[in-house]
Amino acid sequence: MKVKAQISMVLNLDKCIGCHTCSVTCKQTWTNRPGAEYMWFNNVETRPGVGYPKKWEDESHYKGGWKLNRKGKLELRAGNKLNKVALAKIFYNPDMPNLDDYYEPWTYDYQTLFGKERKHQPVARAKSQITGEYMKLNNGPNWDDDLAGSDRSFGEDPNMQSIESDIKGNFEKTFMMYLPRLCEHCLNAACVASCPSGAMYKRDEDGIVLVDQERCRGWRFCMTGCPYKKVYFNWKTNKAEKCTFCYPRIEEGLPTVCSETCVGRIRYIGVILYDADRVAEACEEPDDTKLYERQLDLFLDPNDPEVIAQAQADGVDMETIRCAQKSPIYKMAVEQKIAFPLHPEYRTMPMVWYVPPLSPIMNYFEGKKSIKYPEMIFPAINEMRIPVEYLANLLTGGNTEVIKNALYKLAMMRLYMRARTSGKDFDSEKLDRVGLTEKSATSLYRLLAIAKYDDRFVIPKAKKEKVEHVEDEQGGLGYEACNGCSLAPVHGSVLRKAKAGESGKDAYAESFYGGIWRD
Amino acid sequence: MKNVLDIFLWVIFPYLALGSFIFGTIGRFAIFHAGVTAESSELLEKKQLMIGSILFHIGIIFVFAGHVVGILIPKSFTDWLGIPNEMYHIGALVMGGIAGFMALAGMMILSYRRFTNKRVFKTSSFSDLMVNVSFLIIIVLGLSASFIDGAILHPEFNYRLNLSIWARQIFVFHPDYHLMLQVPIIFKIHVICGFLIFAFFPYTRLVHALTLPWQYIFRRPIVYRKRPRV
Repeated sequence: MKVKAQISMVLNLDKCIGCHTCSVTCKQTWTNRPGAEYMWFNNVETRPGVGYPKKWEDESHYKGGWKLNRKGKLELRAGNKLNKVALAKIFYNPDMPNLDDYYEPWTYDYQTLFGKERKHQPVARAKSQITGEYMKLNNGPNWDDDLAGSDRSFGEDPNMQSIESDIKGNFEKTFMMYLPRLCEHCLNAACVASCPSGAMYKRDEDGIVLVDQERCRGWRFCMTGCPYKKVYFNWKTNKAEKCTFCYPRIEEGLPTVCSETCVGRIRYIGVILYDADRVAEACEEPDDTKLYERQLDLFLDPNDPEVIAQAQADGVDMETIRCAQKSPIYKMAVEQKIAFPLHPEYRTMPMVWYVPPLSPIMNYFEGKKSIKYPEMIFPAINEMRIPVEYLANLLTGGNTEVIKNALYKLAMMRLYMRARTSGKDFDSEKLDRVGLTEKSATSLYRLLAIAKYDDRFVIPKAKKEKVEHVEDEQGGLGYEACNGCSLAPVHGSVLRKAKAGESGKDAYAESFYGGIWRD
Repeated sequence: MKNVLDIFLWVIFPYLALGSFIFGTIGRFAIFHAGVTAESSELLEKKQLMIGSILFHIGIIFVFAGHVVGILIPKSFTDWLGIPNEMYHIGALVMGGIAGFMALAGMMILSYRRFTNKRVFKTSSFSDLMVNVSFLIIIVLGLSASFIDGAILHPEFNYRLNLSIWARQIFVFHPDYHLMLQVPIIFKIHVICGFLIFAFFPYTRLVHALTLPWQYIFRRPIVYRKRPRV
């Protein structure tokens, strides 16, 4: 057993209203600059829909993620190392998305709106941010938002392919949900394994996947390798960029920008301890529908004394272990089993998980014409407007049973709380049937519905004092060659002198003369 | 006066170019290594790139290998192996011709793409355009040197008796410029262009040819990085 800590996220889709606040704040923070206009480290997709880039889930086209080869061993779908050289893929990557699969970024010709009064209303026309020429818009971010693409986006959603065609065409019974997406910071990241330069890596301390901009040589295999299409290519710097999980904030114990600004409070961040030794074995599970459970098996109980001892031996600090014990992710994914990974069948062991949505059906129980008997949820969920098969294709590799159990649990919790707040009797045996008790139902309700900041985000601070001279960094801006604060290293050297036994007066006289600090 | 020009072209200039290549490369990798990429524009355009890039790269690799063989292996060695001179030249012309025309076709497609595709053209730097043009020129010169100047106009000319010897002498710091005086003019221009490309090689996107990721072959798939403890 080799214990590692992984920062991970759960998104409660039941509460996502598709407002795109997460995407906008993320963009303002990270990708608001030339070359990165089309990059959305975080985006919100309407489902069913084609997604961003177009049809990213169609791995027969994009060749992302892993597959099992004939021997049952894990192999990149885009081809192993030998294949990349033999088929001249290093000169031309056939499986890489094109800018048109995303969209050509544009701005508007705002100047035409000003000037002399003219006969006709002036119109600001779209101008490409790459070529600077007028362009016709035929795709953009969230082009099919809120089912704007109607039957086109229905038919082209790869998750709909295996669902009966009558649901597709039956527009009166249409359904939709929102799916916010970011980098999954996978345990078995295909982008990292695809990178020839070794520029992509997982951070040992928290599992965040990053691109080393200095070592990236622009081979672009990471773009193909990532089945979620969350690694982008900057056309200006010619290097790959991706979601950083806002690591400078995480290191300070703060949630990511997307989570911090989420108005629906749907995002949860916490630590999970997992057994790194068994990841490869779990990824080689031949049955797609069992991959979710195999991944769940990797997560370790942070209260088990044996796990704690091993974690400490493997260099996980005590604060991280304590945070893992209080982790909302562990509660939802492992204890209650209401959160699921996005497309586990890509075999990357993604670490951003989702609580499936229930909303369209709850009106049936809680609205004006609500029914009386809680048992009705069991048949009703099978008839739910969002087909369980669709959710299963998205979240469990087709395993509908586990999705149903989660939905029963969520529905029963809501019925129980509704009965309690309205002072009605509720037979607690019904809770028992879905694996809840009065206590656990209440605590789940607090976590999901009240969703206090401190319950949502349990993030250990990085132990920076162990990897850098914190005195030196004080007042600095965090960049190696940054002269932002020229005094910072001086302050550091004075403190070091003091530690070495020099008196404060001597250190002061030595370093501060002529009105300025000198080293 | 003519001597001065010849000495400059065939003794001084090659060392200036190679010096620029060597020190430029060292500087690029030691100091400016963050900027070393192939500057791929595949995101912006894919179809023309597919044919152009594959043709050019495979062609140019064989062309480069052919030059290495032609320059480094002395005639005495192939004579000792018993390969007659005519057979050697026909073989070199056929294999070099195939590779050369592949590289030419590829570079023509790539250059057409770079100059006509708006997205690619607008995101190109001057050095990107220069690289394309200079490769077009040198490949055309190289092909016409072999097939027109060498094969038709001066069939008696054998570059292995003078040009190759001079080139090998450069590596031992003792080039005899007299050897280059008998070489036909297109060969001469081709050689000068070649050294020019070596001279600006490290300062352009061409430097990507030196960054083959050998470590990928032996590396474990998932890379973990840990900050060193103080």
